[in-house]
Amino acid sequence: MIANRAAAIGGVAATAAVLAWVLFVGLPRWYGTPAAGTIAASPAPAAAPAPAGRKIKARLFYVAPDGTRLVGVERDVPFGDSTARQATEIITAQIAPVAEPLVSAVPPGTTLRALFVTGKGDAYVDLSREVAAAHPGGSLNELLTVYTIVDALTANLPAVSAVQVLVNGQEVDTLAGHVDLRRPLANNPAWVQ
Amino acid sequence: MALGVLVLARGTETQAPPSPPVSALTVLAKDGRRAIPITSLNGQELVGLDDLAAAFQLVVHEESGAITVTSRGRTIVLTPDQALASVSGRLVSLPAPPVRTGRRWLVPIEFISRALAPIADVRLDLRKPSHLLIVGDLRVPRITAAYEALGNAARLTIDATPRTTSTVVQDTDHLTIKFDADALDAATPLLPQPVSSSLVQAVRVVDPATISVDLGPRFAAFRASAQPADQTTRLVIDLVSVQTSTDAPGTAPPAAPAAPPEAPPAFGPAAAAIHTIAVDAGHGGDDDGVRGAGGTKEKDLTLAVARRLKAAIESRLGIRVLLTRDEDRSVAVDERTSLANNNKADLFISLHANASLRKGVTGATIFSAVFPRDAEEQARASVAPERLPTFGGGLRDIELVPWDLAQFRHLDQSSAFAGILEEQLHNRVPLSPRARDAAPLRVLESANMPAVLIEMGFLSNPDQEKQLAGAEFQAALVQALYDSVLKFRDRLPAGSAR
Repeated sequence: MIANRAAAIGGVAATAAVLAWVLFVGLPRWYGTPAAGTIAASPAPAAAPAPAGRKIKARLFYVAPDGTRLVGVERDVPFGDSTARQATEIITAQIAPVAEPLVSAVPPGTTLRALFVTGKGDAYVDLSREVAAAHPGGSLNELLTVYTIVDALTANLPAVSAVQVLVNGQEVDTLAGHVDLRRPLANNPAWVQ
Repeated sequence: MALGVLVLARGTETQAPPSPPVSALTVLAKDGRRAIPITSLNGQELVGLDDLAAAFQLVVHEESGAITVTSRGRTIVLTPDQALASVSGRLVSLPAPPVRTGRRWLVPIEFISRALAPIADVRLDLRKPSHLLIVGDLRVPRITAAYEALGNAARLTIDATPRTTSTVVQDTDHLTIKFDADALDAATPLLPQPVSSSLVQAVRVVDPATISVDLGPRFAAFRASAQPADQTTRLVIDLVSVQTSTDAPGTAPPAAPAAPPEAPPAFGPAAAAIHTIAVDAGHGGDDDGVRGAGGTKEKDLTLAVARRLKAAIESRLGIRVLLTRDEDRSVAVDERTSLANNNKADLFISLHANASLRKGVTGATIFSAVFPRDAEEQARASVAPERLPTFGGGLRDIELVPWDLAQFRHLDQSSAFAGILEEQLHNRVPLSPRARDAAPLRVLESANMPAVLIEMGFLSNPDQEKQLAGAEFQAALVQALYDSVLKFRDRLPAGSAR
């Protein structure tokens, strides 16, 4: 009798455990894509080692000579073995200082703090405070700064459809008072020559 | 320079001090009317150059003994002791030299017709006897009237020159004579002798193009006929009193030619589909915006232009203009659009100055809003009305619009206004190679009315920085914005801006 009761309790416990796994682990894995803004999926490890010496060609963006648009420049960028790691390499290359005649729309001193890509294809690029604090202002400058980051990822990574810029780990309204950064922005070729 | 000072001093010393303004010059334009004070001196009627500058967006500059008046690149030069003006290089005579009073310069009223009219890009018709200045192609006939009592009848004769049609209709206690005109050039009072009888009690101009005949208790009927002659249309109205109504010819005359559908009057609030405009001076307080190499701050520039625009629109159009800030203070983005939304503004204009990392970039750009695709879908779904129960029973359709998507349903009108702005700014201020653009601009997205953001030029370009800070550029820009508001208003049916 006691053995039967123990077997029944064990059976119920096992069933509950299976149900719990299905509910909290299995179903989210099968059906779930992380909601935009949760930025929980695919964080790029801070020190994601790329295979030594392997490079990809990426199109990076700089201020065009006429000053009103961006111009794409093909550069070698270290290979990343996942979307998030590749995105990290691209943004790191994009915000690195450049020499004349190239002019970067990203303020000097800006660094990449973190980068996440959701299953939905939204990338969250967390930049250091300099991107806002050192920004020279003006709608045009600000648009070029934002679309430098947005287009660098969306033009090179098919898995990334939109990009939201964060500053110092926080969502921000704008960098310098103009461009709305409260939502992920899609690729906009109108800002590229 | 010393000679200039001597000349100025002599010019003022020979004149008696001007008397205070005794009357006013009424400036009539398509967008409204305003008054400019007239000062009398030695039998000469004078107006202030500063008043003319405010009315016509002129730039007045005094240097080396000469007064330079500039309007859109054309120049009038006045010399304080001479009754002459150089108008785009041609000399014209004036009845008297300019007179300084305090810090102001007064010029003879004829300055308007002889010097200003030739360089203005609109027609200026000065009617000195009636102290009227007509701007543009308005129909403003001269009206003279006479009243003659004929026993138990009376005749009112009204001449309109040039020929102008009119309709006469009877209301309960008055006749309304409406002229097909924008305004009337009529003496006040209209009749040399006041009328007060049991048949007609008064004849007066009641709005820009209407005359009212106030009827007395014995009024019985009237007959009206119009007779064109040369340049004049003569309207004769015969009025009969109760006692003679059975004997008088035409005791039941047709009231008047059938009145055609009346266009709304050119002046007054009825025609205005725009009642309130929110003008947003970008940045402010701790937020300088762009800083030019010469020290110009975007926040100061936007405030200066916003104030000029408010003055121009309110004084000449009679439209209320709200500034999101009227001092150097920080204003949150949502506070800017809250002011516009809560006051039901019909138009939102955000003023900014631009910057580029390439110093050669110049020119103004007009932005309207654009939304990411996800937000557009959300906005489309949200504008569908929801049927909600109302207090006291029943249901009502309510449109719930998310705050940060409010601009979505105004995008077409915003784009239309941006197009008008581009047309009006063209040839007046330098435009960027891409003068119109659409971008996800934060301050526009919550505006629940047609909205644009204007980058007036580039403070990062040293030459343009100087230009932007100058009065001439700001006056040209404000005039273009003013004209754009007018054109946008004309495209809207009454009351439909929002």
